[in-house]
Amino acid sequence: MTVKEARELFPELSRKIYGKQLVYFDNAASSLRPSPVVQRYSGLASYSTSNIHRAVHMIAGEATDAYEEARGEVSKFINAGSREEIVFTSGVTMALNLVADCFSRTFIKPGDEIIVTESEHHSNLVPWQVAAERCGATLRFLKVDECGRLQVEDLDELLGERTRLVAVAHISNVLGLVNPVAEIISIAHSKGVPVLVDGAQGIVHEKVDVKDLDCDFYAFSGHKMYAATGTGVLYAKKEWLDKMPPFLYGGEMVGTVTLEKTTFAPLPMKFEAGTQNYTAIPTFKEAIDISKLLKDNELTLYNKATEEYLYDKLTSIDGLRLYGVPRGTEDRKVPVFSFTIEGVHHEDLALILDKMGIAVRSGQMCAEPLMNRYGVTGMLRASLAPYNTMEEAEYFIASLKKAKGMLL
Amino acid sequence: MSLKEIEENIVEEFSDFDEWLDKYEYIIELGKSLEAFPEDKKTDERLIKGCQSRVWLDYSKKDGKIEFTADSDAIITKGIISLLIRIYSGRTPEEILGSDFSVVERIGLRENLSPTRANGLVSMIDRIREVARQEL
Repeated sequence: MTVKEARELFPELSRKIYGKQLVYFDNAASSLRPSPVVQRYSGLASYSTSNIHRAVHMIAGEATDAYEEARGEVSKFINAGSREEIVFTSGVTMALNLVADCFSRTFIKPGDEIIVTESEHHSNLVPWQVAAERCGATLRFLKVDECGRLQVEDLDELLGERTRLVAVAHISNVLGLVNPVAEIISIAHSKGVPVLVDGAQGIVHEKVDVKDLDCDFYAFSGHKMYAATGTGVLYAKKEWLDKMPPFLYGGEMVGTVTLEKTTFAPLPMKFEAGTQNYTAIPTFKEAIDISKLLKDNELTLYNKATEEYLYDKLTSIDGLRLYGVPRGTEDRKVPVFSFTIEGVHHEDLALILDKMGIAVRSGQMCAEPLMNRYGVTGMLRASLAPYNTMEEAEYFIASLKKAKGMLL
Repeated sequence: MSLKEIEENIVEEFSDFDEWLDKYEYIIELGKSLEAFPEDKKTDERLIKGCQSRVWLDYSKKDGKIEFTADSDAIITKGIISLLIRIYSGRTPEEILGSDFSVVERIGLRENLSPTRANGLVSMIDRIREVARQEL
């Protein structure tokens, strides 16, 4: 597949911004939506509006099939043990909150400890802070070094008698380095501690096999991997889903209900109370197809060249500091480039780049502790997808230099 | 010159720019030439916290008129601050409260600033209004 063919799947790429051709470099926040996903969504919104899992009529049946088909597709995509281990949520944030809430209610007692990393997105930090406070537990932190690499060598010492869980991102949304999650999981498991992986970025860039990885929980959003917004997945080993209490209570998550007492539905429905986003969830099927398509060899080689070009050019700009620097071939970096330029405010850069047609992210990137770690108030982040071109990368570098010149 | 006349002048100045980047270059120049705000005045009480850039606003009253000084860590925000100071500093509370603050929109800044940033700007304007009300 050529990049031109890939681009044809994403109509938004043809947009003009302030009269300039759009260069979309904010893919780590949200990917663009491919036509097959939009068509599926639109078709369901127009012709399959009936609620799922309830009624016996034809329309409800079709909507249910579409929703459950997506569960099967997601389960296969990440190689889950069974469909029961796939819980649909509104996004990765809800999935992480679900685990923080339900796991802590059962397994975390006063004096226990939870390990998170210093480079987590707020979504995988704040729910644990709140859970720890509620349970009388303590958070302990795995730190990153100057280059942004997780100091995994400290994990062994951090893991103690009272550690109940390790929560870690597969790939930091700021640093773009692939964390050694397999190693983390194996170390934690050797001490009987389960591991939750925040896969918001990981699912986009990595081939995820939850069985092989042996993680206890893996959470991700649909909208970063080409599916409709308002979609998310929590994968959890069945044993945990069995042991955890429900997150929300309501319709379709129950077994039998009397006025006094309720039994809960079997998995995964136990965790899917109320009306689900059955218009958006089925688009996981098309999104997974596109994800696989975009991992095409020819396209991947092309993407690699663009990434290397960006890495080289960015790191040779005077005063630019890149966060998340790989150590030779030992670390792998995905095309998420967060940086600061000395004497230039990230917001100013982002505003000027916007006027040049370039969409990038600026600010704290929902990782304030990491900003504090590096002593900055924010960063600029350019994050690429397989449909981004070398020409866009060249234009971005030229525009960045021009913007820097305007501001200094 | 009245507050209204200065507003009209600014709208006039901005109407000369066809290109966004030219408009920004002008705002950046304004930002760079804004009088420095003493570091020791950058306190939390004077801070208007936006999502991305930080703004510090201070004021004093002289002969019934409010003098504003302000600063930001981002230069484009500073440029916009400089415009606001040009309009609203050295005015009586009545004059300030008589303004509809539509100048930001009329020079096309609000719509082209990201929502978070526009919010910061809105907070800044709100603060100017608040000060004027206090000093009535």
